[in-house]
Amino acid sequence: MDFRDTPEEARFREEVRAWLETNLPDALRGHRGGGARFDGPEVRAWSRALYDAGWVGISWPEAYGGRGLSPRFQAIYLEEEARAEAPPHIGVIGLGMAGPTIISRGTDAQKARYLQPLLSAEEIWCQGFSEPGAGSDLAGVRTSARLDGDRFVVDGQKVWSSYAHIADFCILVARSDPSSERHDGLTYLIVDMHAPGVDVRPLRQITGEAEFNEIFLSGVEVPLENVIGEIGAGWDVAMTTLLHERGTLAFALVARLEVQLRKLLALAAERGATPTQREAIAREWIQLQALRLTAYRSLSALERTGIPGPEGSILKLQWSEANQRVTKLALDLLGADAQLLAPNAPYGGYWTTQQLRSRGNTIEAGTSEILRNIVAERVLGLPRSR
Amino acid sequence: MDLTFTPLQEELRAQARGFLEATPAPTWSRLAELGWTGAAVDEAHGGAGLSFLEEAVLHEEAGRALLHAPLWSTSSLLPFLPAEDQAAVAAGDASWTLAIGPLVPDLDTATHVAVVGGDTVWELDGTDREVLATSDETRPLGVVSGGEAGRALCSSDVLPDLRARSLTILALEAVGVGARALELSVDYVKEREQFGRRIGSYQAVSHPLASSHAELELARSLTWWAAWCVANDDPQAQVAASAANAEAADAAVLACERAIQAHGGIGFTWEHVLHRLYKRALWIQSWEASPAQLRAEVASHLLGAA
Repeated sequence: MDFRDTPEEARFREEVRAWLETNLPDALRGHRGGGARFDGPEVRAWSRALYDAGWVGISWPEAYGGRGLSPRFQAIYLEEEARAEAPPHIGVIGLGMAGPTIISRGTDAQKARYLQPLLSAEEIWCQGFSEPGAGSDLAGVRTSARLDGDRFVVDGQKVWSSYAHIADFCILVARSDPSSERHDGLTYLIVDMHAPGVDVRPLRQITGEAEFNEIFLSGVEVPLENVIGEIGAGWDVAMTTLLHERGTLAFALVARLEVQLRKLLALAAERGATPTQREAIAREWIQLQALRLTAYRSLSALERTGIPGPEGSILKLQWSEANQRVTKLALDLLGADAQLLAPNAPYGGYWTTQQLRSRGNTIEAGTSEILRNIVAERVLGLPRSR
Repeated sequence: MDLTFTPLQEELRAQARGFLEATPAPTWSRLAELGWTGAAVDEAHGGAGLSFLEEAVLHEEAGRALLHAPLWSTSSLLPFLPAEDQAAVAAGDASWTLAIGPLVPDLDTATHVAVVGGDTVWELDGTDREVLATSDETRPLGVVSGGEAGRALCSSDVLPDLRARSLTILALEAVGVGARALELSVDYVKEREQFGRRIGSYQAVSHPLASSHAELELARSLTWWAAWCVANDDPQAQVAASAANAEAADAAVLACERAIQAHGGIGFTWEHVLHRLYKRALWIQSWEASPAQLRAEVASHLLGAA
């Protein structure tokens, strides 16, 4: 046990820090980490620069364009990226979900076709899992995939899809056997977002911004070579995707919370804080240390097995509630000023937007209720709930 | 960063758990034979020469088992004692408690009492001890009266380090206490049936236990950070100890309260062990500084004095 970086880790961290310091354009500094529709050409160019410098796919196998390093170096990169308030690579869904799924379940042809342009941000991915009638209960998927010769024809509707408005491909779960129920008869598809019959509409959310989209699919043709895993075994493939979603996300989330805390401390210093507010701020700082250390503990499981363990659920659960408390504390310090919108709002309305956005944290990527079920059943071994 | 336990630490944990389950009330000399009392004492003075990180494993297990022995009070003081006193502790011939406030812990078991006077920590000779009835019977509080300063033990400059060590050990104990309360709850709700179903399948029962697990794991990470800081004389040791103690005490108390609720009436009885775990958790929460006071200290570290 050693809570310091090894010399190798410290060298890597220093290298990342120096590179970001030199290369991050001023216009991109201060990225808000969710909450903005951050998708302009300058972010694509930034993503490409990250790729060219070797900061993308750090822990991916070298055979697929990665650097083949341990996940701890990916973690260090994510920490430094958040600390520098640099925008993340635009391929968030591709890097965290589609890519790892293709690596672990895809065919050689799929790996050869999709992975490199995903890393270089030439192609953007989105996710088509949730539907109006299938949120937490993914097995309720009704979007249909009808087999027609050498292709599937997809009809249905997907929702809460980040990046769909700029995406080239979508990882989509659809019901390929109309007589099937629940977890059976689902197939996992790669859908070309530019194909005829794909219609993307933005969803305006509580902050007033449109980060998510609805995807309407009518008669969209998907060739059979775009199936990941076996036809009818899509549930299993989807679980691989979700494990990776929670596993690799933790370090970025924790590092973003660290930036929030830094801003909160500055706000408290500027505006003053009551003893009760000071205690609450200390509590959140302590929680942040606990989350960061626990994320590093979970790395050892990831390094042993290559698959994130269910303990990732704890981190997402506790992080989401911490971020809600931190942003609420900032509102408390701001008083009525927090009610103002830009251009009159303090800090350009940063905290008001962040607080409203944080309400989504306990809903997206597994609601807190679902995560507590996972902890109860898969970690504590309690009987399944109904 | 390496936050995993070494094989030696894992082995110590398994050994300690097995021993304390088989021997719930070991004597001090038995603990000395096992090498626990002198775990972090130099081998030259009859100790095991291990680091505080190995000792930390023992404290988590001692908390879990509600060990009734002056292990925490002695260990808090131990590295600051003269070498011959460390040797006596390692041999099982001596144990210590520090009288720093009006209430003194472990007066029923500790063989020696230390006291702060001026710039020195002294041995207190010829004092009368009175052990008071205490909610947690396994760690009674008492008072000392009369007596005089005997040998000088160390400079009182060590007090901040001593406090960090003491708070860290109590945080480790709290994690052990909370983890056991949670395990008992999980075992119970897996078996207990009402309305024709095992009650652990009800989310109103299972979700609070999931919360306990998450909170205890986060607190455990903090206690190991604090233990590492103490073991390495890290400049963050004091803030880490305050942070770990505040979170671990709160997590343990909540885990015990949820455990009592999950057990229903049986968890509310004197026969069940839960009330003993709960009382130790409350004891730890109350000792030295409340979680609110400790967080106020952390706030001063972050924001400057109030």
